[in-house]
Amino acid sequence: MMEAQKYVWEGAIPLQIHLHESEITSLPPPSPALILAPRIGYLPLLLPLIKPYFSSTLPPGQDTIWFDYKGLPLKWYIPTGVLFDLLCAQPERPWNLTVHFRGYPSNLLIPCEGEESVKWSFINSLKEADYIINGNCKNVMHMSQSDQVELWHSVMDANLEKYMRASSKLKLGTVTTDEADMVGQVKAGKIPVRLYVWSVNEDFEDLEDAPEVDNWDQISYINRPLEIHKEGKHFTLHDALKNLLPEFFGGKSLINDEPCIEEGEDVQKVSSEDAGSSTGAEEGKEIFNQPVESCCNDAEIKLVRIQGIEPKMEIPFSWVVNSLKNPEHFLHICVCVKVPNVNAA
Amino acid sequence: MSCFSSSWDGTLSQNDFSVAAHVFTERWERNNSSSPSWFWVNSPKGTPFLASSQHVEGYLSLESMCVLVSAEDSNEESCTVEEEAGFSEIEGAADSATLVQSNRHEAHYYDFHIVYSASYRVPVLYFRAYCSVMSMSCVNILIFAECIDGRPLLLNEIEKDLPACSSKVLLETKWTFITQEEHPFLNRPWYKLHPCGTSEWMKLLCLGDEVAAKNGLAIELYLVSWFSVVGQVVGLKTPLEMVKKSV
Repeated sequence: MMEAQKYVWEGAIPLQIHLHESEITSLPPPSPALILAPRIGYLPLLLPLIKPYFSSTLPPGQDTIWFDYKGLPLKWYIPTGVLFDLLCAQPERPWNLTVHFRGYPSNLLIPCEGEESVKWSFINSLKEADYIINGNCKNVMHMSQSDQVELWHSVMDANLEKYMRASSKLKLGTVTTDEADMVGQVKAGKIPVRLYVWSVNEDFEDLEDAPEVDNWDQISYINRPLEIHKEGKHFTLHDALKNLLPEFFGGKSLINDEPCIEEGEDVQKVSSEDAGSSTGAEEGKEIFNQPVESCCNDAEIKLVRIQGIEPKMEIPFSWVVNSLKNPEHFLHICVCVKVPNVNAA
Repeated sequence: MSCFSSSWDGTLSQNDFSVAAHVFTERWERNNSSSPSWFWVNSPKGTPFLASSQHVEGYLSLESMCVLVSAEDSNEESCTVEEEAGFSEIEGAADSATLVQSNRHEAHYYDFHIVYSASYRVPVLYFRAYCSVMSMSCVNILIFAECIDGRPLLLNEIEKDLPACSSKVLLETKWTFITQEEHPFLNRPWYKLHPCGTSEWMKLLCLGDEVAAKNGLAIELYLVSWFSVVGQVVGLKTPLEMVKKSV
């Protein structure tokens, strides 16, 4: 079992949960609930833990639990750890969330009928991953009911051992303890990736000064499998990001397609001439020494965060995927990019 | 443009999708003059860098397809009452006399979007529905008007609009046939027809057709064939003329 994977499974976010003031019917108001939420879990699954704190003060009615962070309703189908990485540029511990049991914002969030909804959202993602990896969803579709239940319970309980047992039947790429993994050998194929790109207009030096996400429209959600064509090549996280967001790694346009490409090519020519050797030209389009760097037009990647860490760009991508993927076999990558204000240009 | 061959896996690429979408839109318009048209919407995402990637990202959209449901047939008393309130709020109280006419009809409006799934490499149908209550006398005027302020329909109401066979499947496979999911471009909840079997039946559909297999059916007709099946699930028929090889 890989150590990093163990850390991910044991990882938890300390939450301080406040009941929304409109739902407090008693005096004194209830104190906030302090709860550890597993990174790989989903917020609605915390209901049994949270409910006891607030049940006596709730107004009459039916419960539909949802959360907000500084007024932004949280999407329950995004794993809790990803929400934290995405919405708290500067990690806040404990993370102060507001819980609601009434007034579900169904225009913004897909409905949640409790654990059953979360489970099927998980299974449907797992099916999608299966399709990306194997070209069909037979592994997941043909799972027996009991295997499915076992797998789901292992995720709910964040029990890695149980999970390894239940998921080994899925043939979705087993995680090996093989040291060769670190060399970065990747088989040609497709890797399920969910990329969350948060765009900010103003620059910031320190994460403390990062603006807040106050609207989901500031985040683009890119659900595009990562295709790896060359077998055996040393394929790094940097290569992966370049593949997913070519716009930020030179040579590709940002806003004005054509002029920008030309500019990029010119820069390349100049730089390889300057270098006076073939080393730069050989690796192709590399024009920047620093992996996480800007392209033209001042657009730049400010932050790449996976499972709460900001991994080095030279890390073999296979290690990143195997160690840091979520149990539904998707690797969730949070990226913050600074894009120039289009209107100002 | 590539053709189907026996090794074809039933999928299409992002670029094939936009080409096939173009052909589909054109043929739909030619053969369904009475229906709203499909049109292509470029990715409306606020981030300029995504729109500029090498793919032509976008989706097909057909909006405000109207289904009239007589209010008398509806058991959902609460629905009509609720909607009436919503309607008069929008229109103001002036016309409340017309609204309570006995000959009331409920119009259900459907928006359909066809979005390309990079994971499944097939088109996916997304839709949403909303209702509007109107008196009979208003129907002719309002049917073409923008009645988009209505209450969104719940899945159990949509179920009643679906062909009988779809409602049955919906009951049997609650979580794997139609579910609400986030629209990939609009970031809002929409209903989605699950695509995991699409490539499989598209393969059967296209390769099973001997003539097509023999002549090699162009992939630009992918969406036409696909919609002839998927459309039926939501009660939209594809005229036979559309499917013919050359129109």
